[in-house]
Amino acid sequence: MLVLKRAEGGDGFMAGMLAGKAALITGGANGIGRATALLFAEEGARVAAADLNLEGAEETAAMIREAGGEAIALSVEVSDAEQVEAMVDATVEAFGRIDCAFNNAGIAPVNVGNNAKRTHSWSEEGFDRMIEVNLKGVWLCMKSEIGRMLETGGGAIVNTSSIAGLAGLPTSSGYVAAKHGVSGLTRTAGIEYATDDIRVNAVCPGFIATDMTREVMSRRGNELMALVPARRMGEAREIAEMVCWLCSDRSGFVTGATYNVDGGYMAS
Amino acid sequence: MAGMLAGKAALITGAGNGIGRATALLFAKEGARVAAADLNLEGAEETAATIRAAGGEAIALGVEVTEAEQVEAMLDAAVEAFGRIDCAFNNAGIGPANLDHFGRRTHEWSEDSFDRMIAVNLKGVWLCMKGEIERMKADEGGGAIVNTSSVAGLLGLPGGSAYVAAKHAVSGLTRTAGIEYASDSIRVNAVCPGYIATDMTREVRARRGNELMNRVPARRMGEAHEIAEMVCWLCSERSSYVTGATYNVDGGYVAS
Repeated sequence: MLVLKRAEGGDGFMAGMLAGKAALITGGANGIGRATALLFAEEGARVAAADLNLEGAEETAAMIREAGGEAIALSVEVSDAEQVEAMVDATVEAFGRIDCAFNNAGIAPVNVGNNAKRTHSWSEEGFDRMIEVNLKGVWLCMKSEIGRMLETGGGAIVNTSSIAGLAGLPTSSGYVAAKHGVSGLTRTAGIEYATDDIRVNAVCPGFIATDMTREVMSRRGNELMALVPARRMGEAREIAEMVCWLCSDRSGFVTGATYNVDGGYMAS
Repeated sequence: MAGMLAGKAALITGAGNGIGRATALLFAKEGARVAAADLNLEGAEETAATIRAAGGEAIALGVEVTEAEQVEAMLDAAVEAFGRIDCAFNNAGIGPANLDHFGRRTHEWSEDSFDRMIAVNLKGVWLCMKGEIERMKADEGGGAIVNTSSVAGLLGLPGGSAYVAAKHAVSGLTRTAGIEYASDSIRVNAVCPGYIATDMTREVRARRGNELMNRVPARRMGEAHEIAEMVCWLCSERSSYVTGATYNVDGGYVAS
């Protein structure tokens, strides 16, 4: 059960970290996106949960509303510019603005039939689909969000990159390329809008226990955990915490950053 | 709702001013008891007094971080005061200007200044980590350590030779200890500040401020409290899956 913080401090209560903010989250139907939607609501934000899986997004929104928070669910295919525009429009219509955007929708190699395949074995269709969702989808969302934020006076954007956006990862060719692309987009937009009060950062999760990693963990779990100093997978909530901090005013001097949250993976 | 560090006992070096003091004040606001240590005891006492005046709990300690015995005494005093150390912020450091080596290229540094820079900014951090980890390991609960690295711990910085070497080494120590203690419930991370408006950067700001700000996408210096916020988050349980990380807080400097 969610426990929402109060919108205002006082009486021994602290205001939530995102009190009063309007947030849009893609991939909001499950995993990291849902955990972030729930944490954002706990911290005082109004949340638009968007996903290709509308039913899942509606569940997320319902969980927030049952706890007394404010949330809407939106359907979106992030690789389709018109749908992305419609999603951003619907969010602005519901909340008046977008203060925080978490561009998190993404797919894994297994979702495009290219799991356990080295670079030369990836299919072209699988490669194209991976780039379309994990890279172009993030760019389309950023493009629309930044347009609105420039009109409304600023905001904070967080993209889901990955440890695969910072280092190579065997048999994940197209995924690694897309996530490196997201890291690059983040750094570039971070610089470009730094004087427009728009901060753009990325979280780079390590191996997190979600639906997306279930297939690879069932095949290579022991092998992969041997590469993680913490010797465990992360929880979706542990990524949500970083996203929340990056969307809050506490990170006012942070932009263009790509922060790994990975139990020590990148250090080793 | 309790503060982010409610009930925690924290030790902060370099707490006599700048980033260290801002962090001590934020830690206290977020519910921690704070041991503020500095070579400048008077400054540390001011920090502790500011916390106590606001109703918090704090002590001040004098320390030269290059002296193993003094570091041990500091840690003992913190444990004696609070029973344990949950959070340690190893932040004491000096800039090239403190050694009268502002703007000198690599071949122009004196050996004495190189040695002093490494002693304070590198060995000092290692000595503190060593003592803190020993105590955190002995204590079932583990802990969180944050070191002050720098954007100079991630990139080269002309005129900063020994400073850059020391800060790169702090990044290296952080990554290594992060791995080593990951299964001991001790997390070790570093914050890598960009140009922050503190005493340490006063000279560089006066001499090269405009030129440097052109290289910072945000076109401003950071404030000490903006670094403190990162340190606070890294010391809190909100960052439970973060270790061995070196996070730049720099207005976009490293991205560009």
